[in-house]
Amino acid sequence: MRMLRIALMALWNGDRQADRVVPRSGFTAQLTLFAAATMAFLAVFALALSLASGRLAHMWGQELARTATIRVVAPVDQRAAQTEAALRILETTRGVQTARALTDVEQQELLAPWFGTELAIDALPVPRLIEIIEDGDGMDADGLRLRLAAEVPGAVLDNHSRWRAPLVKAASRLKLLGWISTLLITATMAAMVTLAANAALSANAQVIAVLRLVGATDGYIAQAFIRRFTLRALTGAAAGTTLGMLAILLLPSTEDAGGFLTGLGFQGWHWLVPLLVPFLAGAVAFAATGAAARRTLKDLA
Amino acid sequence: MIEFENVAYSYGGGELLSDISVKLAPGSFHFLTGPSGSGKTTLMKLCYGALLPTAGHVSLFGNDVRSLSRDDIAMVRRRVGVVHQDCQFLNHLPVSENISLPLTVSGRQEGADNADLAELLSWVGLSNRASALPPELSGGERQRAALARAVIMSPDVVLADEPTGNVDWEMSQRLLRLLVELNKMGKTVLIATHDLGLIRATKAQVQARVLRIANRRIQLAGADL
Repeated sequence: MRMLRIALMALWNGDRQADRVVPRSGFTAQLTLFAAATMAFLAVFALALSLASGRLAHMWGQELARTATIRVVAPVDQRAAQTEAALRILETTRGVQTARALTDVEQQELLAPWFGTELAIDALPVPRLIEIIEDGDGMDADGLRLRLAAEVPGAVLDNHSRWRAPLVKAASRLKLLGWISTLLITATMAAMVTLAANAALSANAQVIAVLRLVGATDGYIAQAFIRRFTLRALTGAAAGTTLGMLAILLLPSTEDAGGFLTGLGFQGWHWLVPLLVPFLAGAVAFAATGAAARRTLKDLA
Repeated sequence: MIEFENVAYSYGGGELLSDISVKLAPGSFHFLTGPSGSGKTTLMKLCYGALLPTAGHVSLFGNDVRSLSRDDIAMVRRRVGVVHQDCQFLNHLPVSENISLPLTVSGRQEGADNADLAELLSWVGLSNRASALPPELSGGERQRAALARAVIMSPDVVLADEPTGNVDWEMSQRLLRLLVELNKMGKTVLIATHDLGLIRATKAQVQARVLRIANRRIQLAGADL
């Protein structure tokens, strides 16, 4: 605890003399900077994935839950009448905010990816679709199905639950994977900083022996290494985070990307989340170097 | 101040020191002599907690060394100035910063007076070498720099392990005079050496006690040469 307090105070206040007693070592400095920058860059993407997946799960869970579709599958001469009947039922159904039949143009647009834009929709037995938006209370889907079965035999209600649940589950899993990736990246960075700190401590065994000879405490010696590695990790992670955020910013826009990539990135206050990455990296380096220093100093005693 | 009571020290299955009982009283001057490999350096290291006895008791300033934490040992070392045969410096720092290193690590650098450091450099004859790096120093200069570093905290005890091992006779006399001066200031001095000429020369200047290690034991404790 005492060592932690000394190290935190030294990190905050800085100690030019303590910084000088340990010679600057080239490869461990570069390794720490590079590892921190790379891990921060990856962490930004993992966070973006996790937050975007969270948004998707929320959107699919909330918005799709409030929509439903009725397919009116009937012979062409009865389709308009059955559609009208279904709409009348919906007007009197509690929980339905709006309901409307899709126009031929809208249905044509829906089928365009498969049949092209030149499709003559009247020539095909395409069911008429009715889009339902529920109000906050939601509707009784089972009750509506019974009424439709009795009055509009060609109408089939689909409240999306069949395919919505796996989508929400997949998005939630993706979100979890994003967070697990962030944790793994953090652990990897801790391991790399520990390796670099161990290398630096071993390379400076003679320096440590001299410092001990003249009365340096373990806290003082550890502090010199901790501060250096923490600042390196902070600097490297800040650079990696900046690059990562720029890369996310430069991703194709929602309109351009479309499909699965729609919405990948940060939105609103989520842009603040990656700003925590350098501080997390600093904290990880602080803890990892402290542990490595305590272990090495104990071994060298 | 520093007291050994039936101390033994073993390493790698072999006993290096056995049944050592000796007391370094305040202001006393001691020589520790014996053939190479007799355990002089080991005994010196026991004096400042760099090694722990495998049997018996070592008391440093009234505390059993085994009861001291690593931080406590660090505090003890601030009261014991050590001059090693190989000196041990931080080669990337200039001589002046190496000499003031004990002040730096004890947090007293801020209060240190540059005039005191200059006086100390002058005392050991290194005024013109303050900004040199340790590898640029000669053997004698390194020994004097190590001595200056050992005394900058005004320690109660000065331990010197073969301080004249790498220097000529004239330089060894100069180092000896500095150590005698320290003793006259009231510091306890213990010098490990196998140079009997040095011991005889010292005895002309100060009352010194000679401890001889042979066959793992101090055989002539209290005897004068």
